[in-house]
Amino acid sequence: MTSEQVKTKDAVTPRKSKRRWTPNIIVFACNWCSYAGADTAGVTRIEHQPHFRIIRVMCSGRIQPAFVLKAFERGADGVLVSGCHFGDCHYIFGNERAVEQFERTQRMVKLLGIEDGRLRLEWISAAEGARFAEVINEFTDQIRDLGPGPFSSRRAGSNNGKP
Amino acid sequence: MDRLTQIGKETRAWACYDCGKCTANCPIARAGAPFSPRRQVLSTNLDHREAIESNGSLGICLTCMKCDSSCPASVEYSKLVQKLREYTYREDNVGCPHGGALQSTMRMMAAGKTVQNRMDWITDDIRITSDESEVFYWTGCTMYLDAFFDELGVHSLNGTRAAISILNQHGITPIVSPSERCCGHDLLWGGDRKSFDLLAKHNVELVESSKASILVVSCAECLRTWKIDYAPYFSQRPPEILHISEFINARNNDLSFKENGDARIVTYQDPCRLGRHLEIYDAPRSVLGLLPGIELAEMHQSGKRAVCCAGSTWTNCDRYSKAIQVGRLKEAKATGASTLVTCCPKCQVHLKCAMNDPNLKEDIEIEIKDLAELVVEALD
Ligand code: FES
Repeated sequence: MTSEQVKTKDAVTPRKSKRRWTPNIIVFACNWCSYAGADTAGVTRIEHQPHFRIIRVMCSGRIQPAFVLKAFERGADGVLVSGCHFGDCHYIFGNERAVEQFERTQRMVKLLGIEDGRLRLEWISAAEGARFAEVINEFTDQIRDLGPGPFSSRRAGSNNGKP
Repeated sequence: MDRLTQIGKETRAWACYDCGKCTANCPIARAGAPFSPRRQVLSTNLDHREAIESNGSLGICLTCMKCDSSCPASVEYSKLVQKLREYTYREDNVGCPHGGALQSTMRMMAAGKTVQNRMDWITDDIRITSDESEVFYWTGCTMYLDAFFDELGVHSLNGTRAAISILNQHGITPIVSPSERCCGHDLLWGGDRKSFDLLAKHNVELVESSKASILVVSCAECLRTWKIDYAPYFSQRPPEILHISEFINARNNDLSFKENGDARIVTYQDPCRLGRHLEIYDAPRSVLGLLPGIELAEMHQSGKRAVCCAGSTWTNCDRYSKAIQVGRLKEAKATGASTLVTCCPKCQVHLKCAMNDPNLKEDIEIEIKDLAELVVEALD
């Protein structure tokens, strides 16, 4: 990594004031593009914020509302749904289905009163390692600003997830 | 006494003399599923926990009470299944084809850590209030169902709006609360007593503190929950709990209908929760009788013998449920009716889903409406 790259990397590290709290983010990624994109970010050694767990599915079309709702229920602070760009889905129409499922999820999330900034849909190709890092950094910052998710055990006033 | 023996006592499972009428009457067993209510009763009596858990049929049961109503020994089979599900409950054990999305939604409401946005559907033509009124109108989760099952063309909110406008016609501006949460019916029947408990406490307190003297409910499942399952949670004398059809019957002089409505034939689907669970068979029918031009053609299996929509508690959906739904829709079509009227949003969801079968399209396609929608259409 050149010193220039190191500098840009530093620019996106978390703001000091909020450093103590690290969000829990769930990333759903399709096997053929976004997961490979995350891999590309890794092999090119692009640094990004690490506060997420990635769950690989074969295609973004598989990501049904239950996955996302369960993540929130179990305390995720943010959920990122990702897949191949339109036209690139390995299964041709999978990501179109993903959009429908995502919209359904969004409607439920809205009704439940979870802030819409906690849920995002992004298309990331296998070659876009840098973009993967960028999306993760940006989303992590956004979640940091929103604070712990409503069902997170680390939310103020919460008694560790116990009702 | 161990838990299974106790469950057997509470539900009269001990009284079973193994006649098998339950299995013979069970809609799921009749559709060909390897499912036997009788076996479940026997396993309870024999204290075979493993058999109950492992044969996989606990989730299949519709708890529609068809077997209860045919049992000569009055074994409360549906209650038995509810208790067994509670006894063997595991959160990850979701048989629902929606992957547990609805269970998660309900449990998030139970945890109650957010402020829901559940009032967006209110239109200008209906009046509601948030402070004081004689009537509290319980919307149930129709806004969630419409949001989730939008692809199926489910419009259960139409029934909710219609019920409110009926109340308005009676000169009542009901309380509709943004703090209402899921009644917990499906969690209770899925075995999640802990979450149900949270919801019950919240909802009962909400209605009690509103000081309304009447609670009007449209959804058959919510109604069952309020009338039966919430009973132990009230700290004072509960309000009068009425189904919208019971309410209309009690005050039918206040509604004025069009002189001559369009003549049409409708048929009525008794929701299992309204019918066998609460024994409300006549009230919806007499409301239909009030509507000018509407003729009710009964399905062959109606009233006490009605077949349920085969998906009451989000625990299961398979080819047997589909077969039951298709059979029911064919039965509805055979009456010559143009509309299938029901009082449960979930009947709408499941029957509409079944109608998506591309091989059967015209054979089973029929308009489905909530009872309240028909009433509003007939109003002057
Ligand atoms: S394979 Fe990537 S979205 Fe379908």
